[in-house]
Amino acid sequence: MANEKSEYLLEVKNLKKYFPIKGGLLSHTVGQVKAVDGVSFRIKRGTTMGLVGESGCGKSTVGRTILRLLEKTDGEVIFDGEDVFSLTRQELRKMRTRMQIIFQDPYSSLSPRLPISEIIGEAVREHNLVPANEFDDYITKIMKECGLQEYHKDRYPHEFSGGQRQRICIARALALNPEFILCDEPVSALDVSIQAQIINLLRDLQKQFGLTYLFISHDLSVVEHISDTVGVMYLGSMVEFSETEKIFDHPLHPYTVALFSAIPIPDPNYKMKRIVLQGSIPSPANPPSGCKFHTRCEKCMELCKHVSPDWAEVEPGHFCACHLYNSAERNAQLEAEMKQNAAAQVKQAG
Amino acid sequence: MADKNDSYLSARESRRISRENRKITNEFEKKRKRKNVPESEYLTKMHDPDNMVEFDNLHTYFFTDTGVVHSVDGVTFEVPVGKTVGVVGESGCGKSVTSLSLMQLLQRPQGQVVDGEIRLNLGDKAYDVTKAPNDVMQHIRGNVVSMIFQEPMTALNPVFRIGEQIGEVLQLHNTENRSEEEVKQRTLELLEMVGIANSEGVFRMYPHELSGGMRQRVVIAMALACNPRVIIADEPTTALDVTIQAQILDLLRQLKDKTNASIIFITHDLGVIAEMADFVVVMYAGRIVEKGTAEDIFYHPAHPYTIGLMNSKPVVGKKVEELYSIPGKVPNPVNMPDYCYFRDRCEMCVEKCSGKYPETVQISGTHFVSCYRYYEQKQGGK
Repeated sequence: MANEKSEYLLEVKNLKKYFPIKGGLLSHTVGQVKAVDGVSFRIKRGTTMGLVGESGCGKSTVGRTILRLLEKTDGEVIFDGEDVFSLTRQELRKMRTRMQIIFQDPYSSLSPRLPISEIIGEAVREHNLVPANEFDDYITKIMKECGLQEYHKDRYPHEFSGGQRQRICIARALALNPEFILCDEPVSALDVSIQAQIINLLRDLQKQFGLTYLFISHDLSVVEHISDTVGVMYLGSMVEFSETEKIFDHPLHPYTVALFSAIPIPDPNYKMKRIVLQGSIPSPANPPSGCKFHTRCEKCMELCKHVSPDWAEVEPGHFCACHLYNSAERNAQLEAEMKQNAAAQVKQAG
Repeated sequence: MADKNDSYLSARESRRISRENRKITNEFEKKRKRKNVPESEYLTKMHDPDNMVEFDNLHTYFFTDTGVVHSVDGVTFEVPVGKTVGVVGESGCGKSVTSLSLMQLLQRPQGQVVDGEIRLNLGDKAYDVTKAPNDVMQHIRGNVVSMIFQEPMTALNPVFRIGEQIGEVLQLHNTENRSEEEVKQRTLELLEMVGIANSEGVFRMYPHELSGGMRQRVVIAMALACNPRVIIADEPTTALDVTIQAQILDLLRQLKDKTNASIIFITHDLGVIAEMADFVVVMYAGRIVEKGTAEDIFYHPAHPYTIGLMNSKPVVGKKVEELYSIPGKVPNPVNMPDYCYFRDRCEMCVEKCSGKYPETVQISGTHFVSCYRYYEQKQGGK
């Protein structure tokens, strides 16, 4: 059985998610926000992939589409050999126990009216994971694993601090015995010292249960600490993907370089070679032509303004979408195509 | 179930506490509401004329119905002219309350400065802000001291245009008798100064039309409208992305060099502090546990809390297997212990730690720490 399983637990192929913009009298679709526009990656079993990018670049949308909390526009999500989007309702229900999510804000993601045992146990009962007579012990066991005490069971979320609430969220996800957990900015709302506790907890649980994480965050130092591979997103597209060491040691894409140079280093005499990106992220409803980053890129060429770059394996295991790393022939070819297109347009206009 | 009873308070007890509190706060309020307070009452002298602000043994308490919260409990530090002082600490440690005490924007009547002085250098004279009456404070706020808030969306009014909101500050503090036309001119200048290219357009926009970074720029423009001598930046970049954070930090540095203002920079991000601050103050549970120059704090952290804080933050380029996490949690602010507040979480405890709260020890020219571990060093030095 084990031999048949692929090395990768999750594969995302050219995933697209567009949100319609409604307008006009009869609320026609007048445009589309391309929140996710062709993202591909895969995650090995038992590893963590970090997903970074500025706010509004579509990180969370990718996560939610993978879990099928949102329907896709195009592309494929393959979880353990099965296409998530071709499952029927019953099959999806079974799948739900295998992939769980931890939300960013532990204050709004817990129901204030349920005691902790119910928050954690509700889904367990719903899916009939444990017999009724073992239910109580099971919840206690899960809570202990997440650093909660047994007497917390009958309390309500408002009696807990932020860090403990996040532990409850983790316990809720873990109770279903999942293989994959999507962590959507799980530590952004917490203090530094609490952050460390939660990160350590996540790592311990990973070792213990062989979990696979997709870790979404905009805090790069946390991502570097926890991830095995890192994907960088910009305006709905993946611009770079590689192993953590490779990408932090020598980032390729100009956006990644700028992003990493902006990380503040806690050393007062550290000399920064900071690249300050001008302007802000363009609107995803009306993204720039060609390479989406060309409006803010330092190394922008004429080609970048018209032709969007290929998603290519620049070095073994290091993917990047940038014309700078194309071979000379490929660039010449693209340039020729671009000129042809321009000429055709002029002809049409004439 | 012992810890459940700790925070339990009967209704009668709560009423008694709130009655007592009202008595105390009424006293303070009566003092504040007097009219025509002579200047001599709040006139004071700076200990060092090179300092812009001196916090001297500041105590700010909140009189709540569950008891008195000692939010700031004896805080002493200086802000030199043209320098940046970074204040670090976890949430609830009193960083923001310290700065609000300087602005006299505490939530009254519950929040009161109970003891201590905040001396503000006004060039030819110095005022003790804690005793200054409201009408004097109105001139100081915005003109001399101004504040940049954390959340730019809540700091801006959603129903007024950007131009009106910045113009309002200028009109309220109209020291130069500007006409409406001049106010508009100055507003546009301010918008350009904070790096907004399309100043005419932004002038007519509403806050929701701007991105987070742009909004923070507007808030900074508002704070700088009257050329303040002290800028309090209360977590100005916490809600922003790293790339935008880099832009805003750059902007603040440039503006500081241009106007030679002092900045009190409050944050919990040690990386940002290292980049911005000349001096660093580390606060824990309402008290300063360590202060010194940025080099002192980052290269020779002395207090166990500072060391723990440094180790618990992952740093890019430094690989560690497991992050250090400070055990336990902050003590209950209503019932503070009388020994060192950090003792129960400290892994470097010595015998003396069960004694009363440690005094501040000077371990080098600029470096102060409150910890028993350095007592011997001091005595040896003497």
